Amino acid sequence: MIAWANFTPVPAFVGGLLIGVAAAMLILLNGRIAGVSGILGRLLQSWGKESAWSVVFVLGLVLAPWFYSLAAPLPEAQIEAGHARLIIAGLLVGIGTRLASGCTSGHGVCGLSRLSLRSLAATITFMLAGIVTVSVVRHLLA
Amino acid sequence: MRLLTAFVSGLIFGLGLIISGMTNPAKVIGFLDIFGHWDPSLGLVMGGAILVGVFAFTYAKSRKTSLLGNTMQLPTNSTIDKKLLGGSLLFGIGWGLAGYCPGPAIASLLSDYTQPLIFTTAMLGGMWISSKLS
Repeated sequence: MIAWANFTPVPAFVGGLLIGVAAAMLILLNGRIAGVSGILGRLLQSWGKESAWSVVFVLGLVLAPWFYSLAAPLPEAQIEAGHARLIIAGLLVGIGTRLASGCTSGHGVCGLSRLSLRSLAATITFMLAGIVTVSVVRHLLA
Repeated sequence: MRLLTAFVSGLIFGLGLIISGMTNPAKVIGFLDIFGHWDPSLGLVMGGAILVGVFAFTYAKSRKTSLLGNTMQLPTNSTIDKKLLGGSLLFGIGWGLAGYCPGPAIASLLSDYTQPLIFTTAMLGGMWISSKLS
């Protein structure tokens, strides 16, 4: 059943276009992939000549809510997960994205835009895993 | 210049995540909840991003250097193996559990909530563990 009351097509699409513009900028101007988990993971591993741009890219991401709040109040977030679930989820996301060399941005946006089958396989897998997890937590265990 | 463009790219990326609703875990979980009250919005986020991305990456593939003269670093790995699928499986489970993936978690650190900080700390810990395992 589609929850039409929660459906926000315009902000979703406009936000998506902006994400696309950001990824386009980074590949066309800098020749680099806007994959957030890869950028973070490489920063944690070692400091090298790729690190400076990676740090300022992450800084841009971090400061985005601050810039947003100059124009309008930040949208509210509803966070169901308690501390234990957040920690388990964070560990799984950290380990999983590094094993897979990418997340929603690297595989889901950049990889699919490159028409990469490897990224398509990754995206289908994490989408299905997410759907199954939400179904189990919301409908089987609840 | 390269640093400025990387900063602006990160900033626009983050603004896109906030505007689209990706920084609200309930919205993300609503998208994954296809057997409950399904909110298809995030499909449009991906659609919008890929719509722009396809043009950018098609053009990028035809170039050896970026417009600012850097090497064009497009991924060359095309193997679909257990590491890719197993990693994506773990990632998807974590994504469904909390409703955060890496970008939105980072773009929520400077919000009124402490949860993104807890999630991000654990995520960086997981990335660190992963680098020690391989």
